[in-house]
Amino acid sequence: MTDREESGLDYRAIGLVSGIEIHQQLDSASKLFCGCPTVLREVGDSNLEFFRYLRPSRSELGEIDRAALEETLVSRKFIYKSYDTTCLVEADEEPPSVLNPEAVEIALIIARLLHMQIVDEVHTMRKTVIDGSNTSGFQRTAYVGSHGHVETSQGEVGIDILCLEEEAARIIDDRDDELVFSLDRLGIPLVEIGTAPDIVSPAHAREVAQILGMMLRSTGRVKRGLGTIRQDVNVSVAGGARVEVKGVQALNLIDRIVELEALRQVNLLKIRDQLKERGAQASDEPVDVTDIFRKSASRVIQGALKKEGVVLAARLRGFAGLIGQEVQPGRRLGTELSDRARRAGVGGIFHSDELPAYGITDEDLALVRDRLHASDEDGFIMVAAPGDRASKALLAALERAREALVGVPEETRRALPDGASEYMRPLPGSARMYPETDVPPVLVTGEMLERLKLPELFTDRAARFQEEHGLNPELARVMAASPNFQLFEELVKRYDLPAAVVVRTLETTPQELAHDGVPVGNLTDDHFSACLALLSQGKLAKEGIPEVLKVLAASPEMEAAAAAEQAGLAGVDRSQVETVVKSIVAQKEKLVRDRQERAIGPLMGLVMKELRGRADGALVSETLRREIQKLLQG
Amino acid sequence: MDLGDKISVLCGKTSYEGILMPSRSDNTVIKLKNGYNVGLRADKIELLEKGQSVSLPQKALHKREGLPQVSILSTGGTIASKVDYRTGAVTSQFSAGEIISAIPELEEIASYNARVIYTILSENMRAEYWIELARAVAAEIRSGSQGVIVTHGTDTMTYTAAALSFMIRTPVPIVMVGSQRSSDRPSSDAAMNAICAATVAVSDIAEVSLVMHAGTSDDYCSIHRGTRVRKMHTSRRDAFQSVNRQPIGRVDYLSRKIQTFGSYRRRGQTDLELSDRLEPRCALVKYVPGASSAILDYYVDAGYRGIVLEGTGLGHVSSEWIPSIKRAADAGIPVVVTSQCLRGRICDRVYDTGRYMLAAGAVEGRDMLPEVALVKMMWALGNTSGREEALEVMSRSMAGEISDSTPATV
Repeated sequence: MTDREESGLDYRAIGLVSGIEIHQQLDSASKLFCGCPTVLREVGDSNLEFFRYLRPSRSELGEIDRAALEETLVSRKFIYKSYDTTCLVEADEEPPSVLNPEAVEIALIIARLLHMQIVDEVHTMRKTVIDGSNTSGFQRTAYVGSHGHVETSQGEVGIDILCLEEEAARIIDDRDDELVFSLDRLGIPLVEIGTAPDIVSPAHAREVAQILGMMLRSTGRVKRGLGTIRQDVNVSVAGGARVEVKGVQALNLIDRIVELEALRQVNLLKIRDQLKERGAQASDEPVDVTDIFRKSASRVIQGALKKEGVVLAARLRGFAGLIGQEVQPGRRLGTELSDRARRAGVGGIFHSDELPAYGITDEDLALVRDRLHASDEDGFIMVAAPGDRASKALLAALERAREALVGVPEETRRALPDGASEYMRPLPGSARMYPETDVPPVLVTGEMLERLKLPELFTDRAARFQEEHGLNPELARVMAASPNFQLFEELVKRYDLPAAVVVRTLETTPQELAHDGVPVGNLTDDHFSACLALLSQGKLAKEGIPEVLKVLAASPEMEAAAAAEQAGLAGVDRSQVETVVKSIVAQKEKLVRDRQERAIGPLMGLVMKELRGRADGALVSETLRREIQKLLQG
Repeated sequence: MDLGDKISVLCGKTSYEGILMPSRSDNTVIKLKNGYNVGLRADKIELLEKGQSVSLPQKALHKREGLPQVSILSTGGTIASKVDYRTGAVTSQFSAGEIISAIPELEEIASYNARVIYTILSENMRAEYWIELARAVAAEIRSGSQGVIVTHGTDTMTYTAAALSFMIRTPVPIVMVGSQRSSDRPSSDAAMNAICAATVAVSDIAEVSLVMHAGTSDDYCSIHRGTRVRKMHTSRRDAFQSVNRQPIGRVDYLSRKIQTFGSYRRRGQTDLELSDRLEPRCALVKYVPGASSAILDYYVDAGYRGIVLEGTGLGHVSSEWIPSIKRAADAGIPVVVTSQCLRGRICDRVYDTGRYMLAAGAVEGRDMLPEVALVKMMWALGNTSGREEALEVMSRSMAGEISDSTPATV
């Protein structure tokens, strides 16, 4: 990857340590704690809206979690959209039911595939989350197993934890002091799988995610499609800190994320060293500079002042030039300060390394510097917002500036589409967990574990298909990962046909037809079977299969033979093939004489067109070869 | 080994470390370092470190100058509950003082005297406790409280509200409050309900009221009259609804503004009067199709002094019950008829059965809720001498529980 060369990091040398967490939604019939279906809805279909506020509460040990505490910086209103497919449980108006047995079974299967030690009693916990994404103010989560592993190209990677938990509500709008969530997703079961910090490089991280994803899909009981699987990545470098980057939706971003987080930590450490050298400090108090901007041309500032806002500024001693230093492509130390301020409900901050700009003039800057007693070596940050929020925001940014003097802060970050990340919240501590007393523990018995049916992994199945049926690796991979794999095995056994033809009939052809708008959803196992039966009896050429499937998709009640007839494909015998071949060879005599044996290619197309797929390709090519020989020799 | 100790648990070849937690099965439950609890079939357990007892930091109540004096009397229930880590269940063991320190906004509204009267779940309430509570409330008012908040479990909160309504004529607000989601959770309705209750406690509404969420959103609390409110849902925040009458008003959570919908007794309009006698031997009997009249006879024979019937529709029981009603009346037991419909008014003059019931001695409970009629019966018998006098009280509005006209809007 060219980007890797760009960052030029030697991961062993910088002491990269990484682990990933995968969140995979399960395809159970109902949600984890109620009987609602696990379906997503159009927001427009919502039939009820309500709102709540959340406040942190103390854990059983009497502590308030730091991540939860920070949420109280902002007392935001959370608006929820409810549907005819959600109930009082999602609305936090009814106690949860027992842990969904189907979801427990799927989680146990996955734990077994990962060679995990499974606990004897699964306890549901409440994990405090007061960002509004859970109506209750906590996410219900249960620890299922530990001490597992997967094999990778770099050796075994440990699987430290598997939890069964409820999916959060879907955020659909962020209006700063109001967040809107959709309740359709809340409560869909998911498994969280966390690896040990055994990952050694960005490419390795991607490989591990790929392997885990394949194993999950092999169960046939997980949800597919966008947003049904999310990866979080934990990264630290020597001297840095554990940082969790959350919400990576695309598998092919994982390596880039690991790489850019390693880069960020390396750059923050460089900035730290420079700040130390300069004796930099971030201990100044915010100063009100509103008067300087009363007549400012800056639209941002005027907008804030109109809402009875204030402009606050604070000096950062010795920071000049470093606030604008890049830590990730397009993101500077200043961006990190700004991220923190935004959490307090402001749009962002201004910093001295990016000014003059945004309508703030040199003259304004001189006045601010004067007010703050800031020299040329000093930087400063500034915020314009309503009083309370402005001060909270500036203090939050100052806190981040102080952390820059120490190095890399431990935190949870949100993945951005380009692989960089932005601040989300501090790393949660264990204080945010307490028992969900409404849900009784589930006993995991030996009998339950014995009853589990472990699936064949896609990779194992693909290898078997290559060996048993002589499929090439690509077709074997496609067939192994298809829900039709059992049908494939049956049909190959039933009809004496090449396995590749069966794969094309079941997979490639329907996909192509779907692309052309054919309603292939109407095709049943029996349709495919009947088509292949005609083929094996020589009543249909394999070239005719797409046509027959097309007719059957349009008229699913029709017999395959009738469909073949309707498509004009029924029965072409050897003599008819010979007649057509002879006439074409005669018409194209010049071409045959010019190209000799190589004329078979273009002529083949012409014959097949004439026969419209009614004849077997092998028979046509054999006949053509013979007739061409005859002409050339005669 | 004790709960809270740090232990290591060996299961086969796997070893786990964590804090010993209470278990409801034979398995050992530990809290892992990452916060999760797990249950393990232990082959071997080893003590690593003795646990230290944890005590929640208690904030001392500091009184602000110039704010009205409000008493908080705690009786238990969800609003005063937290997780008991011994049994893993939610129990009432949270004092009124802890409620105040958990909800700092309360201190902007009043200064508080907090007293724990009981720590019981409301299903364990009984008439004797209502009397004790009424006396405690009266004592607070006598000693200068400008408002009294009673925290209560929601299951039987309306019975207590009715009991206080009849027993106390109050010159200051008496506000019942509870919560439907325990106060140890971030989404608890306890804070909003308590803040709105405190707002009503310092208001001009000198009634026994019940203040709880008006809807599922955190926007308003309703101020229900203590004799007109019923728990109408097992779990929703807005379980409490006024029946047959508009609520007294509502409180806006954020602005703390009160909007009233009708008349109410104003602060200082009356002197404090306590009539704290109740006759607990009263029964509420629900009639169902085919129910035997022996049920009614049982109460008479068992020495009950008053009976409220919860009849069908306009206020009916099977005509087979009529001799038993007559038998009760003849024994000097007042029988008052209410309806399972809850909404609407009793009218035993429409059908023959009703007319026969009245002729046998039953009296219409008018538009009273069945439970309110029961509590009122206890109070009426406790404060009068004999059936006739009690029935006279039963058919007159004493605390807003009866009206002569039902608005078309409720």
